Amino acid sequence: MGLRGVIVLVGLMGTTWSFNATTIRPEAVSTDTFARPETTEETTEQKGAVAEEEAVEDVMATGELNPSHYPAQRAAKVVQHYLNTRYGSPYKLFGLKQVQSGNAEDVADSGRKYQLDISVHEIISDTKENCSAEVFFPRGVKQLSPQVQVSSCEELLKIDANSEEEALYQQYKTNKTLRTEKRLPDSYGHIDPEMTPFWHLGIVASSFIMLNESTENTLYNVAQVANITQLTTENDQLKFDCHVLLHDMVSQEIPQWKMLFTWSPAGGVKVLHTEQLPHVHDCEKHPKTN
Amino acid sequence: MKRLITFAALFAAVLSKEAFHGHQVFRIVPKDDVQLSLIKLLEDMLELELDFWRWVTPLDVRVPSHSLQAVKSYLERHSIKYYTVIKDLQALLDEEQKQMKLATYAWNTDSFDYNNYHTLSDIYSFQDMLVAEKPNLVSKIVIGQSYEGRPLNVLKFSTGGSNRPAIWIDCGIHAREWVTHASGILFAKKIVTDYGQDTALTAILNKMDIFLEIVVNPDGYQFTHTKNRMWRKNRRPNPGFRCVGVDLNRNWNAGFGGHGSSNNPCKNTYHGVKAHSEPEVRSIVKFVRSHGNIKAFISIHSYSQMLLYPYGYTKTLAKDQKELDQVAQQAVAALTSLYGTPYRYGSIITTIYQSSGGSIDWTYNRGIKYSYTFELRDTGHFGFLLPAKQIGPTANETWLALKVIMHYTLEHLY
Repeated sequence: MGLRGVIVLVGLMGTTWSFNATTIRPEAVSTDTFARPETTEETTEQKGAVAEEEAVEDVMATGELNPSHYPAQRAAKVVQHYLNTRYGSPYKLFGLKQVQSGNAEDVADSGRKYQLDISVHEIISDTKENCSAEVFFPRGVKQLSPQVQVSSCEELLKIDANSEEEALYQQYKTNKTLRTEKRLPDSYGHIDPEMTPFWHLGIVASSFIMLNESTENTLYNVAQVANITQLTTENDQLKFDCHVLLHDMVSQEIPQWKMLFTWSPAGGVKVLHTEQLPHVHDCEKHPKTN
Repeated sequence: MKRLITFAALFAAVLSKEAFHGHQVFRIVPKDDVQLSLIKLLEDMLELELDFWRWVTPLDVRVPSHSLQAVKSYLERHSIKYYTVIKDLQALLDEEQKQMKLATYAWNTDSFDYNNYHTLSDIYSFQDMLVAEKPNLVSKIVIGQSYEGRPLNVLKFSTGGSNRPAIWIDCGIHAREWVTHASGILFAKKIVTDYGQDTALTAILNKMDIFLEIVVNPDGYQFTHTKNRMWRKNRRPNPGFRCVGVDLNRNWNAGFGGHGSSNNPCKNTYHGVKAHSEPEVRSIVKFVRSHGNIKAFISIHSYSQMLLYPYGYTKTLAKDQKELDQVAQQAVAALTSLYGTPYRYGSIITTIYQSSGGSIDWTYNRGIKYSYTFELRDTGHFGFLLPAKQIGPTANETWLALKVIMHYTLEHLY
């Protein structure tokens, strides 16, 4: 099997969800692009500066990477998102602790492959483990999501949160309906303890988006879960509608997404639909609540 | 004591039914006995109906709304320093009755709630209280005004001398990075508490001055409290565009307008129409230029847990890269020693991203060798929404690193 075949296989292993979920992006929003100024006195200042600018990366480092520097760090963050999509739950959430070593190489003209040794942290049980991972960023006209493969991370992934997950699942399966107007966390970093598992779920679901959107020029975290609402249970899966604010460290922007997803202890998180919201400029993005 | 005061006010409120609308409480700081007797004369003007709560300096007095103008004119005419501690007593009483949070309203910097995030006006009050309590060590300099006209306050910590070599620390250049403002407040308190107690800090302050700007971007900070918690830039409208704001850390004259900033006013890294176009930046530039003797310049941001040195706009190594790296290593070791918080360190462009028009690149190019940027907690789990209970630990560990840099500067003055 050629390299492409391996990559396809890895892709299938890593991102099967993408075959089922629909994704909507906003129309090319004119307010986001560099609009023509309305007053003539601005033209001299904007002369020659019309092209939309991205943080330009020069030829990316190849070979052994400095684990402190951003190329290895960005690739490692993608591994975090991948782990959360596969193994995350209301009681299991992964964070990147440290990059120990990294290596990058160009793959023909199809992309770049990173090999990483990282330590990963399961946040809730506060357990750490060293893992090895490979991240492939495909290059192409159409933006494709990175492909991730993880190895030697088994202990971490075997962490048992079954009883808590089951209890939560039973509690919300038939009787309770969750609806919160509160942001998670609020402006002060506070979350009600009974909402914490839903904050975690929001992060896990967002990880599908963050994984899909990641490139060598992004570094995503969840800034805030703006809203999470429980819908009617379907096929024994709890179903949720969720509005999240992401943060991309590189551009410093706050992309907003709406998601429809399901969860059960057995099925994990499955994302049904995602939609990026258009960038709202200033003032009343949303009524202010703490 | 403060409970007694509030109880008394409440008692009166119950009796007189919302009698305190628009009443303000002034804290008056007479500088000598002459001023003190002038204030005593005020009490004799019965028509003003002043209610002195406290007759020990600083004096607290409740001023009914009908007397506000008269009292203010009187105090200003006689150059008597005062500031407003409570802007509307009735509102405060209503609030307290609702929430029973007497502790939130600090009467001095010892009762200030350091483990919480504060409004802009509370931060300004804190600054004034600190100066009032320690006038021999702390003074306030207003270096300019924000776009929306708010004062840009810098606290100067000095034990004397004249234009001593100085250290500059700033927080809150980006509005949403709340832990930086909160840490700045703690740094200020630490300086006054530790002077005379902590060997390193005492040595530093005996030879150098410290300048601390807790809120570089007050308009943005206010906006994060009232409208959008994720706001980053200042609040300058961009003529011809629907989008507001300039990224104050892309507006400095170092690689200005290059890659690593945006020319699109709708972007969060928009650099502005030209270098130093923003009043918040211009006022620091003017201050640094006219002071002329700043030896270390440290800018506090969040989040990522990093200690960074120049450059951000170019891959060219800083001339002092090796030394800056060594100092960073020591500073990070000190930080980590407290709680084990891991930090990375290196130049901006290699460690986080390419970034042009940044403050420490400008200060470094001006010859301020020890130019550093901190990115405080955390690494993305809470991000900008760091829980308030982490403010203390964050500020405490960061302070250790700051002391390393400041002490190193002291030992290597140039």
